[in-house]
Amino acid sequence: MPQSSAYFGEFGGRFVAETLVFALEELERAVQEIVPTESFQNEWRGLLADYVGRPTPLYRAKRLAERLDPTAENLGELWLKREDLCHTGAHKINNALGQVLLAKKLGKQRIIAETGAGQHGVATATACAVFGLPCEVYMGEVDVARQAPNVARMQMLGTRVIPVSSGSRTLKDAMNEAMRDWVTNVRTTHYCVGSAAGPHPFPTLVADLQSVIGIEARRQILEKTNALPDAVLACVGGGSNAIGTFRAFFDDPVPLYGIEAAGEGVDTDKHAATITRGRVGVLHGARTLVLTDDDGQIQEAHSISAGLDYPGVGPEHAALHRSGRAVYLTATDHDALQITREVARTEGILIALETAHAFARVLDVARRERERLGRPARLLLCLSGRGDKDLATLRERLGGEP
Amino acid sequence: MSGGRIEQTFGALKTRNKTALVVYLTVGEPSLADTLACARAALEAGADVLELGMPFSDPTADGPVIAAASYRAIQRGGSLKMALACASELRKSSAAPLVLMGYYNPVVAFGETALPGAAAQAGVDGLLIVDLPPEEGAPLREAAKAAGVAMIPLVAPTTRPEREPKLFAEARGFVYYVTVTGVTGAKGAPLGEAGKTARAVGDRAGLPVVAGFGVRTPADASALSRTGVDGVVVGTEVVRVMTEATDTEARARAVFELVSGLRRGLDGG
Ligand SMILES: Cc1ncc(COP(=O)(O)O)c(C=O)c1O
Repeated sequence: MPQSSAYFGEFGGRFVAETLVFALEELERAVQEIVPTESFQNEWRGLLADYVGRPTPLYRAKRLAERLDPTAENLGELWLKREDLCHTGAHKINNALGQVLLAKKLGKQRIIAETGAGQHGVATATACAVFGLPCEVYMGEVDVARQAPNVARMQMLGTRVIPVSSGSRTLKDAMNEAMRDWVTNVRTTHYCVGSAAGPHPFPTLVADLQSVIGIEARRQILEKTNALPDAVLACVGGGSNAIGTFRAFFDDPVPLYGIEAAGEGVDTDKHAATITRGRVGVLHGARTLVLTDDDGQIQEAHSISAGLDYPGVGPEHAALHRSGRAVYLTATDHDALQITREVARTEGILIALETAHAFARVLDVARRERERLGRPARLLLCLSGRGDKDLATLRERLGGEP
Repeated sequence: MSGGRIEQTFGALKTRNKTALVVYLTVGEPSLADTLACARAALEAGADVLELGMPFSDPTADGPVIAAASYRAIQRGGSLKMALACASELRKSSAAPLVLMGYYNPVVAFGETALPGAAAQAGVDGLLIVDLPPEEGAPLREAAKAAGVAMIPLVAPTTRPEREPKLFAEARGFVYYVTVTGVTGAKGAPLGEAGKTARAVGDRAGLPVVAGFGVRTPADASALSRTGVDGVVVGTEVVRVMTEATDTEARARAVFELVSGLRRGLDGG
C-alpha cells in the first residue's frame, strides 16, 4: 500500500520519475522534522507578521451585499478575508516564504517555480530576494502577455522569467517545464510549487502553509459576530487559497464551496472546471481529477483568469468533492468580469479575476444556505488577491472605460 | 509466457558475449506506417529490443526532441492503442522483445487492470512507465504479473541504495539505468562512469541491466558496452534522424544507418 499520508482517499500519491523520488523524500522528512520546529515556525511567522502584514483583516462588504441582494432576504452578511492586502497582493506569499525558508534550511542553492497569473511567481521572486537565493520562473507565453505587470515585477526583483512556448502555453505547460528543470537540477534546486497540487508532499505542505488563512478568518469571524459563518467560499485553481481557508472549518458544521472556472461554459471545450467535468487521472505527480480525453491526453484548459487556467486540481479537493464535504460550483469568464466591476464600484476593491469567480457565486450560495437555514446567510469569502495585474484584460473585455 | 522473450534474448546475447541494442521509437510519429517501417529497419540493422513510446501530451521526463515528437504523434492520432496495434503488427514477423514505454495517465484512461492483458495479447513483453515508482500502481502491477508482462523498473543516479530492494522486489525482464540526472536527450553524461554504476545496479538486481538517456554515437555505445552493461538504449537520436528525413523510405534508411553504426560500435567493429 502507498504511504497513507501521501493520499487523500483515493487521490494524491507520488507519480514522478525515479530521479525526483529522493528529493520528494527529503522534502517529506523536512515537512515532518523541520516545519514543526519552534525555530522554523518563529522565523516564518515573524515574516508573516512583519513582512507580509498578517493577520490580514476580515472586512464586512455591506454595499456589495446590498447590491447583490437589496432586500437581504438571502444574503445576510458577506465577510471578506483580505488576502489581497498581503505584501505582493495575494495569498501566494504565505506559501512561497515558507517553502523558500525550508529550501534554505535544506541547503538548496537555487529556486524554480511555475506561475500562471504571475502572483506565485512574484511571491517566489520576493521570497528569494528576502533569502538571497537565485530564482527562475517558468511562465506560459499566453500568460506572459496577459499578466505583463507581474512579469516586470519579477524581473525587477531579480528573477529570470522563462517564457514557455509548448502546448497551450499556459500554467500546465509552465509546470511541465519546471518539472523538466527540476529533473535536471534536482540536487541543488528546490521546486517551489505554487498550489496545493503536485506530488506528495506538496499538497500537504502547501495546505499547511496556507492554513493560516482559515485559522485567522475563523478566529476573526467569531470575534466579530460571535458565530461561525453559515458557509465559506473560495475560488479553486490548483486549490491552495481554498484549502487554506477550508481546513480550519473541517470540524465545524459549515458548508464549504469551491468555485472553478467555467471559461466560456462547462458544455463548451473552453473551460477549466476540472472537478465538475474531469475524470480520474494522473497529472504532475498526483492522482486527481483531470481534464483528459479517452486516450489519456491532457486537454487544454481555458479561463480568462491565468491562475485558474489549469486542467488539474489538488488531490485534497478531489477527495473533498468525492466525500461531499465540499461542494464545487463554477463561474464563467463573463460572470467573473461582471462581478469584478461590481466589487470595485461598491467596495472600492479591485479583485483578481481568479477571486472574481468566488464572488460570482455569492448570491447562489446565499440562496442555497437560506433554504437550509430558513434565514439570511452569513458568508465568508477568501478574497485571494488583488486585480491590478488584470487591468489590461479588464479594459479589453469591458471596453475602453470599464 | 511472453516475458520469456526478454530472458531468451538477453541470455542468448550473453552467451555470445554481446551487448543488447535497445531502440526507442515514438509510435505514430509521423504515422503508424513510418513507425513500423523504422522498427523493421532497426531490427534488420541489429536492434535486439524495441521500446515503443506511447505518446503523451505532457511528457515531463522527456527533452525537447521526444516531447515534440510525442506532440506531433498525438496530432496525427498516436496513442496507447496505436502502440498496441504497432506491437501486434511487429509480432507477426519478429520474435524481438517489445516494451511499451510511456506515462501513467494514458494507462489510467485505458484501464490499469486491462492494459497488461491487452499488451500480452499484442505480443508485448514489458511495460516501462516513467512516472510510476514502485510505491504506486499496485493494480497495474498485479495485472501485469497475472498476464506475464514484465514491469521494468527505472533506476536513476539519484536513487539511494536503500531504495533498491523496493525497486527490484517485483522486477522482471531487465532493469533500466538512467545515465543522467535529467530528461531524455540530455548531454554530457560521462558514460564510462555511468556504465560502471549501471553494471553494479544490475548485479544487485540479479537482472540484466540496460543503460540509456544521452547515448547518440557508436563511440557512446561502445564506451557503455565496455563497462559490461547488458544493453544500451538509444532514443532521442533515433527520433531526431526520423524527424529530419522527409519520407517513410528516407526515415527507414536513416534509422537503418544509425542503428547499423551503433551495432558496430557495440560489437567493437
Ligand atoms: C489571486 C489568486 N487567487 C487564486 C489563484 C488560484 O490558485 P489557488 O487555487 O492555488 O489558490 C491564483 C493563482 O495564481 C491567484 O493569483
